[in-house]
Amino acid sequence: MTPDLIYGFTGVAVFAIGLVGALCAQDRLRRVLALKLCSVGAGFMLVVGAWREPPAAPDPVPHALVITGIVVMVSATAVALALIRRLQSLEAEDDR
Amino acid sequence: MTVEFDPMTLAIFMPLLGAIAAFLLPRVAAFIGLVTLVLTAAVVVLLAREVLSEGAIILPLGGWGAPLGIDLRADGLSVAMLALTCIVGFLVSLAALDSLKGDAQARQRQYFWPLWLLLLTGMNGVYLSTDIFNLYVMIEIIALAAVGLTVLSGSKAALRAGLEYMYASILGALLFLMGVGFIYLQLGRLDFAGLINADSSLALSAALALMIIGMFLKTALFPLHFWLPAAHANATAPASALLSGLVVKAALYIFLRLTTYMPLPDEILVTLIGILGAGAVVWGGIQALRAERLKMLVAWSTVVQIGLIFVAFARAGQVGLAESWKAAALLILAHGVAKAAMFLSAGRIKDEIGHDLIRDLDRSSVRPTLAQFTFALAAISLIGLPPSLGFIGKWSLMEGAMAAGYWHWIAVTMAGTLMSIAYFSRVFAGFLRFDRVRTPVTEHQGWAYADAAPLTLAAGAIALGFFAAPILSFIEIGYPFGVAP
Repeated sequence: MTPDLIYGFTGVAVFAIGLVGALCAQDRLRRVLALKLCSVGAGFMLVVGAWREPPAAPDPVPHALVITGIVVMVSATAVALALIRRLQSLEAEDDR
Repeated sequence: MTVEFDPMTLAIFMPLLGAIAAFLLPRVAAFIGLVTLVLTAAVVVLLAREVLSEGAIILPLGGWGAPLGIDLRADGLSVAMLALTCIVGFLVSLAALDSLKGDAQARQRQYFWPLWLLLLTGMNGVYLSTDIFNLYVMIEIIALAAVGLTVLSGSKAALRAGLEYMYASILGALLFLMGVGFIYLQLGRLDFAGLINADSSLALSAALALMIIGMFLKTALFPLHFWLPAAHANATAPASALLSGLVVKAALYIFLRLTTYMPLPDEILVTLIGILGAGAVVWGGIQALRAERLKMLVAWSTVVQIGLIFVAFARAGQVGLAESWKAAALLILAHGVAKAAMFLSAGRIKDEIGHDLIRDLDRSSVRPTLAQFTFALAAISLIGLPPSLGFIGKWSLMEGAMAAGYWHWIAVTMAGTLMSIAYFSRVFAGFLRFDRVRTPVTEHQGWAYADAAPLTLAAGAIALGFFAAPILSFIEIGYPFGVAP
């Protein structure tokens, strides 16, 4: 097993766990976390693309892509959390 | 510095700057929005002229060039999509000026313009990108802006639908990103030119499958349509028109591009896509027949139309793909114009009558005649009656299917057409029956400013049918992707 294979399979596994969670979880927060897992898995796959046999320098392009992906996911998470909070406060008003 | 002012970069950056300006200066947001749209339209016209005279044009951003840099590319299809977005967007904006004018909508008005301009940025970016990672970023921008527009009204139903839409949209984008990762591992490059020249392999097929499923989720192809009806029906009218008319088209466009550059490995897959489309036509039709609310019916009709676009894609099997995308593209354009008109007029009807229960449409003593007429005109294009653009789209779908001997796709199209006549008739019956009204009927006869934009759109959907031949020859310019750099 070379490191890139280990990372690659881990990435696919993490993505799959996230996918199951995003489709099956009931709780709103859980689903957001599941989507985060998906993005981590996809990020792993990109990082694997950067790996080279040790003496050679790693490929910088995937690193740039992963950073972009992280930024995108941070903003998406923020929007999702804001929506959930707003929805919960509206539902709490109804219960009262 | 000449590169900085290329129409293609302007088409992406002007809406972005407009969005920021509209966010910072909420008092003049509407003005900024309209000016930005007019300027973007001017840029698209410039681009269209360039494409007409020179064919496809490529712009290496910053002079780097693919595969390391990112190229922008405009050809007939992308300019046609840009023009659709711009024109429909402008008319929807005019309608939004009116429907968001009250004091109660001050908050909505404040956020509508920045979100809509951000959406425009993302969509223009999608139509000009030639790099799949760039596409990923653009679809995320579209997703965030579209979710914002969905929840604009702030009602609980809209928030629930928006959250569901958010999950679906982000998941679709992440599936796409996973596919991007696979492709980078396999090829070491992410530009379209690299995809064309690649030999097919298992990893690339897996990547294509992931990306296509992601796009199915984002464009709401049956059975991944679960989020669409609630999201589109609960948004405010201008937002619904943008979401249904334009946003789902971005994912459809990416699907068409991907399948051009990475041929589907098997005939069975093409058939499968057609079957999913047929499922959407039937299931969406049944749900539209059962819908209780007008906007819900219109939203389900979007599911049907998207299914139909995929049927058009699959109409002649793998060998026919080189031609089938044109039928799909015609249907995309037709649906974009007609559905925006329909959602706007449905919103107008709801505003005037005070509810949008289909059952009680004929009990209302208020009859917004012009909005109802607009609804009917849009329905003509969606049903596919001549001479509308929808008719030309359906005709070319069936023509191709007939030529290839695939009669089952014709049966699906016909069944879908019959069902669409049935469910739109439910609405027309409500418009035209007067015997259940207890009080004197007050018809809005003359001209209402708010009806102008939807009426223009609906008339456009019909009139564009006469220009189908020039549109067809225009979208073929520079297609498919020419010589790899």
